[in-house]
Amino acid sequence: MNEAPRQGSSARPGAGERLFGRAVPRLEDAPLLTGRGRFVDDVQLPGLLAVAFVRSPFAHARIRAIDCEGARGMPGVAAILTADDLSPLLTSGVVAGAMPSAAIRHEVYRPVLARDEVAYAGEAVALVVAVTRHQAEDAAEAVLVDYEPLPAVADGRAALAPAAPAVHARLPDNLLATFDFHYGEVDAAFESAAHVVRAEFDLHRGGGHSMEGRGVVAAPDPLEDRLRVWSSTQTPHALKAALCTLLGRGEDDIFVSVPDLGGGFGPKLVTYPEEIAVAAVAAHLARPLKWIEDRQEHFLVSTQERDQHWRMEMALEADGRIAGISGALTYDIGAYTARGLNVPYASGMMLTLPYNVPSYRLDIAVALTNKAPATPVRGAGQPQATFVMERLLDLAAAELGLDRAEIRARNLVRAEQMPCRKPLKLRGGTDLVLDSGDYPATQSAALEQAGWAGFAARKDEARAEGRAIGLGLANYVEGTGRGPYETVTVRVTRQGRIRVSTGATAMGQGLQTAMMQIVADHLGADPANIDIHLGDTAEPYGFGGFNSRQTVVAGASADAAARAVRHKVLSVAAHKLGVEARALDIAGDLVVETGGGNRSLTLAEVAVAAQGIAGFRLPGIDTPGLQATERVVIDDMAYSNGCAVAEVEVDRATGGVRVTRLAFAHDCGVMVNPAMVEGQLMGGIALGLGNALFERMAYDEAGQPLTTTYADYLLVTSAEMPEVAVSHTESPTYLNALGVKGVGESGVIPMAAAIASAIDDALDDLGVRVLHAPISPQELRAAIRAAGGGAR
Amino acid sequence: MSRETFRLTVNGASYEVTAPDRKTLGDALREDCGLTGTHLGCEHGVCGTCTVIVDGRPVRSCLMFARQAEGAQVRTVEGLAKGDTLHPLQQAFIDAHALQCGFCTPGFLMLIVGALEQDPDMTEEDLAHVLSSNLCRCTGYASIARAALAAYPRPAPAAE
Ligand code: FES
Ligand code: FES
Repeated sequence: MNEAPRQGSSARPGAGERLFGRAVPRLEDAPLLTGRGRFVDDVQLPGLLAVAFVRSPFAHARIRAIDCEGARGMPGVAAILTADDLSPLLTSGVVAGAMPSAAIRHEVYRPVLARDEVAYAGEAVALVVAVTRHQAEDAAEAVLVDYEPLPAVADGRAALAPAAPAVHARLPDNLLATFDFHYGEVDAAFESAAHVVRAEFDLHRGGGHSMEGRGVVAAPDPLEDRLRVWSSTQTPHALKAALCTLLGRGEDDIFVSVPDLGGGFGPKLVTYPEEIAVAAVAAHLARPLKWIEDRQEHFLVSTQERDQHWRMEMALEADGRIAGISGALTYDIGAYTARGLNVPYASGMMLTLPYNVPSYRLDIAVALTNKAPATPVRGAGQPQATFVMERLLDLAAAELGLDRAEIRARNLVRAEQMPCRKPLKLRGGTDLVLDSGDYPATQSAALEQAGWAGFAARKDEARAEGRAIGLGLANYVEGTGRGPYETVTVRVTRQGRIRVSTGATAMGQGLQTAMMQIVADHLGADPANIDIHLGDTAEPYGFGGFNSRQTVVAGASADAAARAVRHKVLSVAAHKLGVEARALDIAGDLVVETGGGNRSLTLAEVAVAAQGIAGFRLPGIDTPGLQATERVVIDDMAYSNGCAVAEVEVDRATGGVRVTRLAFAHDCGVMVNPAMVEGQLMGGIALGLGNALFERMAYDEAGQPLTTTYADYLLVTSAEMPEVAVSHTESPTYLNALGVKGVGESGVIPMAAAIASAIDDALDDLGVRVLHAPISPQELRAAIRAAGGGAR
Repeated sequence: MSRETFRLTVNGASYEVTAPDRKTLGDALREDCGLTGTHLGCEHGVCGTCTVIVDGRPVRSCLMFARQAEGAQVRTVEGLAKGDTLHPLQQAFIDAHALQCGFCTPGFLMLIVGALEQDPDMTEEDLAHVLSSNLCRCTGYASIARAALAAYPRPAPAAE
């Protein structure tokens, strides 16, 4: 079982008790537990019509003609639109991807609806509006699309071969981009190395699979001539910007809100063609429309992560210190770019981070394929990089006859090196600086918890009983808190309530609670008196949820805004009471005297006073109102770190792997709410376990998706979860006033690497090496058989 | 497609539903009864997000037609709390931090309540087995198991 959270319990704190840093209960829970959550599919409006999309059954085809006539006459059908019908409603036919890059050779943005050619199975070619979803889907099936199938390519390396079929008929080749990371004297390091280890790795990651799919509701408001949009998105500001651009509307003409999000995990950070199409058609028809992605659509068209092929070598000194790392990465990005080169960039940049690596060169080739576009899924390229680095270290340990933990200890960045500047640049061009943490101590904590030292004896005993158990470890660093900022406005209303609004967007991680905890201690510390509004696009400047950033960047702004408002509250109250501001404090919804006096004012009274009276000076403040908006700018990222030690048992006859125990030691800086941190870790760990052993989004050679149900694509259930022992260390970062770092992706990053290491250990008598993920029982059994082991 | 009018009894209240035969119970609860606490995660019977209790048994409302529930007693997450008093399992979910996004949560609540009402004597092991029938992408499950055991303590397994 998990270790109890370090601080406190979830007992409700009394008003006035400090909230920051405690495992307080979440503000989000009560409505969600009683069926009063409001997810996008819960939005009901008078006259709401349902949308379904006509999607390509081919991975690559030319569209010769689309015949909607028969479908238009079907019951309930209100409209059917193709790309040609949509074109007059939009300023452009494509959704420009975020994150442009000079390295990109071909512009391949996603069409809102495909016009002449489809480049992956599931791509939308027409939109059907009907009274009910049943009717919309019936009509979508009756739309006749005349496709001319074209050759497709579904593998990144195959796509780069000279005679490969073109992913897009108009492009000369499928090479989307090449770029590299390079520092130090790599060639010299390999020439003079005492040891060199080499390996190739095939790493696959599947989809995000939030339990709630995507969805959008768009409702024209004829009174105000505005368009209201509710979308299950992690980035409402980006959606609003795209809608304003593509629909040719002003910033005040479109209003985007984010209802409760049933999980995000990355794919929902992308702005999608469906969101644009539904909004445009709603405005065109002057009718509210709703489209809710079903699970099959999530498999087909929600962005996913994808295959990475790595060919790598590591040079080492005789004592096990790393001299250099060199190699190449081929990345399969699918048919279009929706988030630039983010994932392969993150993979290349994160590879070496936990260790001192004097020289490094990685050549990256990004291939287009006839598959759904790939963008970050929780972890965003970092789990793959960690797998490669940690497996190379295991190979090196074997080569040198060193303990796997010892070779890491000799190479980890040490506490006294912090802050540690790396010869690498963030994607915005700033230097990469590891801010804080004691990586060797974190590794030691995990080893201790896992019983690393005594494991050899346990393993021998088990082997004598015919059981193959193994222990494996992996270190990671997670880049968190991507800047530059998030806006937060804190205001005390005339009713004396504290209102916090921000573009930061909840995906289910408890962000309301975290924001409340950060603000509350400055303003009376009463959770019941605080209202949090997230995903607010009335504020023009904001980003949303990705890169484990929100508690860091929105937290910093919330802290600053709450301090500023506190100062105003005390100034006005001091003026009213005729005392010094420092003789006052805020307790619950009262401003009270602290030094002997017992007078008080309610926050409501102070707020009313602060708005001013016509003809009079403001009371003790220069600007009216108890409000502050802050956008604390943080350019550098804060790096969380940790170490996972996994114990597995391998069934040599079947190749089945059971992860039996996991020790997870980590450091994400100061924790706002330890129970929520642990929740983030555990969810990430479950996903990482899936990436290691179960989750494979399979396509056949022609680009046909093979896994489009949860019977084929396996998510981890409670039955597969091991016992997990988490240990927390808090090394504050100097990058923000709270000392917090992100933790949203930590759990997932080291899992596949640690499990692969443990499988190797369990099979070390056979010399089996796990160099890809996920690894299925069939594959492992084959490897065991090839190594001469396993029952017939 | 034939559309019929029939009645559903949900959380003790009667709802008139006019829906085609192919409408699932999950859709009817959400769209015709306005009870949107029941969620649909996969609509193919694997995730368990849509779990409700029908005549005392937890069932997947995406795999049952609404018509089939005519005359049955249906219970959904909206019926768990008594006024402002949460069901002990709901409180246990808060205490154990057993939910994050909350999308899977109604399904887990109805699964656990239904299974334990059906078999109040089930062991901790049986309960663990029951929990593995639903999916959650956020929590990693340990907190859900803790909440279930807190609300429904199981006798310690007999020492061997
Ligand atoms: S929605 Fe019914 S089992 Fe998934
Ligand atoms: S809490 Fe989000 S899926 Fe379970």
